[in-house]
Amino acid sequence: MTPRFTVGAQVNVRPGNPPGHIRTPFYIRGKCGTVERICGEFRNPEELAYGRSGEPKQVLYRVRFNQKDVWPDYRGPAKDTIDVELYEHWLEPAP
Amino acid sequence: MRGVHDMGGLQAGPVERVEHDYQLWEKRVDALMVLLSRKRRFTVDELRKGIESLPGDAYDRLTYYERWISSITSALIHRGTITIDELRAKLADIERRPDGPKAGTP
Repeated sequence: MTPRFTVGAQVNVRPGNPPGHIRTPFYIRGKCGTVERICGEFRNPEELAYGRSGEPKQVLYRVRFNQKDVWPDYRGPAKDTIDVELYEHWLEPAP
Repeated sequence: MRGVHDMGGLQAGPVERVEHDYQLWEKRVDALMVLLSRKRRFTVDELRKGIESLPGDAYDRLTYYERWISSITSALIHRGTITIDELRAKLADIERRPDGPKAGTP
């Protein structure tokens, strides 16, 4: 599976609260970050959770966000970041 | 809906930094998970789904391994690995033991 995003790409995390088993934390949904690395491809845990095969595998990315973009009242240094590992189906190209 | 477990950024009170020895039943729950995984009867993702699907009050009330055994039990019933009758009979059997728990206690 060819990764849809390259290292350095700007990505948006899909917003919203779909039903089912979710492995994307609530606080990061709808936020914009930068692909820090491609972690590999893995069976989809959101499908495995229901006893299904988890195929096709999903590319997993480590995405870096600015803390001040994640937390509206963040008071730490502006250069602080947080990395979150996210599966490809949760990401969209940032406009 | 935001899951009860998905509390990143929410107030959660202080973290109790205490260590404790695992009780025998906790080790058995862990061993059960290892066995089920090796036999490909269960995945860690199914374990998590069962835990994260607990009603909020149950999630907050149960201890770590109580959440595990709750999830494992639901999944094994759902898959037909064990039946509800078998589980009920075993629980009744345990309650009859001299050192067993009293009926109705969790």
